[in-house]
Amino acid sequence: MSAPVYNFAYLDEQTKRMIRRAILKAIAIPGYQVPFASREMPMPYGWGTGGVQVTASILGPDDTLKVIDQGSDDTTNAVSIRKFFVKTAGVETTTRTEDATVIQTRHRIPETALTENQVLVYQVPIPEPLRFLEPRETETRRMHALSEYGLMHVKLYEDIARHGHIATTYAYPVEVGGRYVMDPSPIPKFDNPKLSDSAALQLFGAGREKRIYAIPPYTKVKSLDFEDHPFEPYRHDAACELCGATHSYLDEVITDDKGGRMFVCSDTDFCEQRRAEGHAHVPDQNEAVHG
Amino acid sequence: MNNLSPFAAHPREGGGPEVKKQDLDSRFRGNERSMDPAYESQAAFRALMDCTARPGELRKLRGVSAPAPFAPATAALIQSLADYETPLWLDAAFAAEKKVADWIRFHCGAPIVREPGEAAFALIADAAAMPPLAQFSQGTAEYPDRSTTLLVQIESFAGTPFTLRGPGIKASREFAASPLPADFAVRMKENRALFPRGVDLVLVAGNDIAALPRSVAVEAR
Ligand SMILES: [Zn+2]
Repeated sequence: MSAPVYNFAYLDEQTKRMIRRAILKAIAIPGYQVPFASREMPMPYGWGTGGVQVTASILGPDDTLKVIDQGSDDTTNAVSIRKFFVKTAGVETTTRTEDATVIQTRHRIPETALTENQVLVYQVPIPEPLRFLEPRETETRRMHALSEYGLMHVKLYEDIARHGHIATTYAYPVEVGGRYVMDPSPIPKFDNPKLSDSAALQLFGAGREKRIYAIPPYTKVKSLDFEDHPFEPYRHDAACELCGATHSYLDEVITDDKGGRMFVCSDTDFCEQRRAEGHAHVPDQNEAVHG
Repeated sequence: MNNLSPFAAHPREGGGPEVKKQDLDSRFRGNERSMDPAYESQAAFRALMDCTARPGELRKLRGVSAPAPFAPATAALIQSLADYETPLWLDAAFAAEKKVADWIRFHCGAPIVREPGEAAFALIADAAAMPPLAQFSQGTAEYPDRSTTLLVQIESFAGTPFTLRGPGIKASREFAASPLPADFAVRMKENRALFPRGVDLVLVAGNDIAALPRSVAVEAR
C-alpha cells in the first residue's frame, strides 16, 4: 500500500508563500480585500476552499485546530475539513473552543470569548459587500477606493422604509477601523458585536472569489446603521432547551415529523460545556419569558 | 474532487470529532521535523503574522545564517516569503556585498531591482540612512496591497521611545528601537496619512522582529 505524498498542509510551498504575503497585507489594511491566486482544493467550492487555503497557510505542527460549521463540530463539512488537516498537517484537533489555537468557521463566531493566542478563520462565499448593488468589479474597487458607501446606506434605508427595520439578518455589513465596508461572511447579525475589539486575529478566505481579508485584534468594527434605527443583534426570545442559556444564539430544530420543534444553542461545544457544568433548562422560566 | 482526496472515505455525519494524529507522512515526524524547510518557513511567517496583527510586539525567530549584513531573522523572513514573484531592493550596505545577491539567487530566486518603487520587499541594513518611505511603492487607491514591505535592520529594540496606537493594539503600546532616522515618527505619520496606501515596516534586531504596518500611529515620546 502506497500512501499519497502530501506537502505539509496540502499546499505547495510556493502557493503558501503567495497566500502568506496576501494575509500580511490583509492584516496591514484591515477590511480591504486582497486578491490572491486561489488554488484548486480537493473539495468542492462551497466547502470552504478559501478558509481551507488560509488555514493551510498559517497552520504549524504545534497548532490545535477546531472546525465548526454553523456552530457545530459534527457536520460532514466540519468533520471532513478536520480530517483533511489531521491527514495533511498532522495537527491535533479539538472541539473545545478554549483549547484551539486556530478555529476555522462557517457561519458562526463561537460563544466562548476568544483569546490573543487564537486565530479565527472564516469561510466566505461572497466577499464583496457591494456586489449585489454593483456587479462590476472595477466599479466596486473604485467605490472602496473612494469610500463611496452611500449606495449601501440607501439599500439599508430602503429596507427600513419597506419593513420598518433593516431586514438583513445574515452577512450584515460592517465598517472596519473607520475605513472599509466589509462582508463578515454569513454569520447571524447576533455575532456582529463579537467582530469588534476581539482579542483574536480574524482572517477571511473566499476561494471562488479569490479574496483574503482580515480584522486585526482590538479593531473597531461597526455594524452599519442609522441614528433613528440603531443596529440591534437578533436572537430568538427563548432559552436553550438543553442548557437553559438565555444569551447564546439559538437554532430552531425540528424534533419529529409532527411539527415538534425546539430551540437549542447553535454552538454545540458551548452548550455541551454548560450542561457538563450542571446548567439545565427550566421549562417554567421559559414560559415566563414567553408570557 | 480529485484522486488524492482525503475526502474519499467520507466521514459520516456525527462520526465523532475526536481525531488524533494519524496517517502522517513520516517526513514530518521526529528529528527531521526541525530541519524541514516547510516548518522553518511556517514558523517565520507565523511570527511575522502575529507581529503584524500586534504592531510593536516582539517575536523571536529561529534565524538563518546568511552573508553579512543579513541579520539572521531577515534571512529567515526572506527565505519564508520571497520568491521569483517578489522583486527585492537592496540598500547600499546590502548591495555592496556580492555574496548577498548570490545568497538571494540561490535561496529564493527573487529578482533584485534598482528602483525602490518596483520592490515587493526592501532590505535595509543602514536604518539611520534609510531612504524616504515615499520612494517605495505605496500601492494604488484600488490596490493598496501592491506596496513595498521594508525589512529594516536595527541594533536593538531599545533607545528612542515611541507610543503606538491603532488596529491590533489595546489602547496604546510603548515601543523603542534604534538606530532610526531622527524624524522617524514624522515619516511614519506621513505614511499613515496615505492609508489605505502606504508601506509596511518590519524591524529586525538579530533574531528579534517587530512590525509597524501602515495602519499604526507612531508618536515620539
Ligand atoms: Zn444550550
